[in-house]
Amino acid sequence: MSKEFLKGNEALAEAAVRAGCRFFAGYPITPQNEVPEYLSWRLPEVGGVFIQGESEVASIYMVYGAASTGRRSMTSSSGPGISLKTEGITYLAAAQLPAVIVDMQRGGPAIGQVTASQQDYLFVTRGAGPGGIRCFTFAPSTVQELVDHAYRAFDVADEYRAPVFILADAVIGNMMENVELPPMRELSELPDHDDWKLTKRGEDGKARIVQTYNPVLEDAGKANQVLADKYQEWEDKLQEWEEYMLDDAEYVIVAYGTTGRIAKSAVNKLRSEGIKAGLLRPVVVYPFPKKAFEKLDYSKVKFIVDAEMSIPAQLLEDVKLSVGNAAPIYTALSSGGVLIKESTIINTVKENM
Amino acid sequence: MERSVIIAGFGGQGVMLIGKTLGYAASHASKEATFYPAYGAEMRGGTANCTVVISDESIGSPLKDEISTLIAMNEPSFRRFSSAVVPGGEILINSSLFDTVPVVEGVKVYAVPVNDMAAELGNIQMANNVMLGAYIGVTGVLEPEEVEAIIRKNFASKPAVAEKNIVAFRAGMDAVK
Repeated sequence: MSKEFLKGNEALAEAAVRAGCRFFAGYPITPQNEVPEYLSWRLPEVGGVFIQGESEVASIYMVYGAASTGRRSMTSSSGPGISLKTEGITYLAAAQLPAVIVDMQRGGPAIGQVTASQQDYLFVTRGAGPGGIRCFTFAPSTVQELVDHAYRAFDVADEYRAPVFILADAVIGNMMENVELPPMRELSELPDHDDWKLTKRGEDGKARIVQTYNPVLEDAGKANQVLADKYQEWEDKLQEWEEYMLDDAEYVIVAYGTTGRIAKSAVNKLRSEGIKAGLLRPVVVYPFPKKAFEKLDYSKVKFIVDAEMSIPAQLLEDVKLSVGNAAPIYTALSSGGVLIKESTIINTVKENM
Repeated sequence: MERSVIIAGFGGQGVMLIGKTLGYAASHASKEATFYPAYGAEMRGGTANCTVVISDESIGSPLKDEISTLIAMNEPSFRRFSSAVVPGGEILINSSLFDTVPVVEGVKVYAVPVNDMAAELGNIQMANNVMLGAYIGVTGVLEPEEVEAIIRKNFASKPAVAEKNIVAFRAGMDAVK
């Protein structure tokens, strides 16, 4: 397969189509507008449905409806739009419906800035809604990874019958980069969902219903236990991270997404000066890769640097939970839509050595 | 080896197309490349700029504090970005829109009257490809043939226009010889 030079948002949209996505509903917002723009012509080409909803709320419930028929469905937005979708996201989680939700983060809070930002970290990794739900969350750092995650997100959503997030940002969404697109999936190869989808009758011959409200308190508690077990299974089985030059690292930089790739160049520069830096990059941010931190050799690690495009720092909370008192933690931050600089990360390491 | 360039000018000067053409050509030449358009508040003021990074290895940030080269299609772009060019780097200016050729210490400034050259070749809209030629002529970051192939693709439905733009591209290369 040859590589193409594609814009992140468009590559993501094409990857979703190739993964078997045949329904999209969304409402415009920068910096993700190329996703619906692309799907508005691409989905009809493959027999899919594209709808620009009258609002974010309407769009997420259209996804809820489409997902309940077993069709691979997606929506995308940015922080302010995702906040409006949260009610629907909790319904997806409670009804155990698979769907993919893209958050091309912008600066925040409120309307924020439309450029580089990672200000939605806690919002998304803590479930993006009330009621104690969690959403599996991919955090790509290149356009290639964005494509790969979009392709896999539908599989994870199907396997666990749950909403799955792709947490990227304006940089990944808007830059063009080399990418190898995955092959087109045949819909006949996808899971048929015959055991739950609304378009089939139950074994008793009765019409099925999709339900999130359980009037029997005991049963409602059991339903929540099912969700809790699912999240525990993710934590046990699906943590994912990249290790870069960690074997002998004395200074471990933790960074995800766009900051992750910039931190990698920072590690290269530090190494070229003889400074033993390494990168631990969460690839999936929920479940958080705690196991990666358990593997660190704290007899060598002098300190950890949490690098992210958020003030106040948010990823820091997960880093603290994972590191505990094993090593000091410093931060290298940017905010307000300002892309984090390699030099900020490098200087944070040098200043604390 | 990593090279970065900011291409900046008025909206409508083909600034983004210069950047995308470079990105496509680098990608076809099996190099790593990123193209990052500036957008947001800038879009509404009538200026445009983008950053292209071309490298043999994977690229960290698609934006750079320090750049190898600046292409300034007008004077405001020069004023905004000239200080970002590293010593030993170069600045290519569209001298058709500059009153005087600026001097920057430690940086070589190439004055190419790309508007006038494109107009002489038949269409001022080809000024961006004249500049692209000058950039390739100065930096040698890609083979001219690799870029020309992309210019032909950009005008795939209009082969005659494509060939005129190739002439413009080569004129830009010749201008900096």
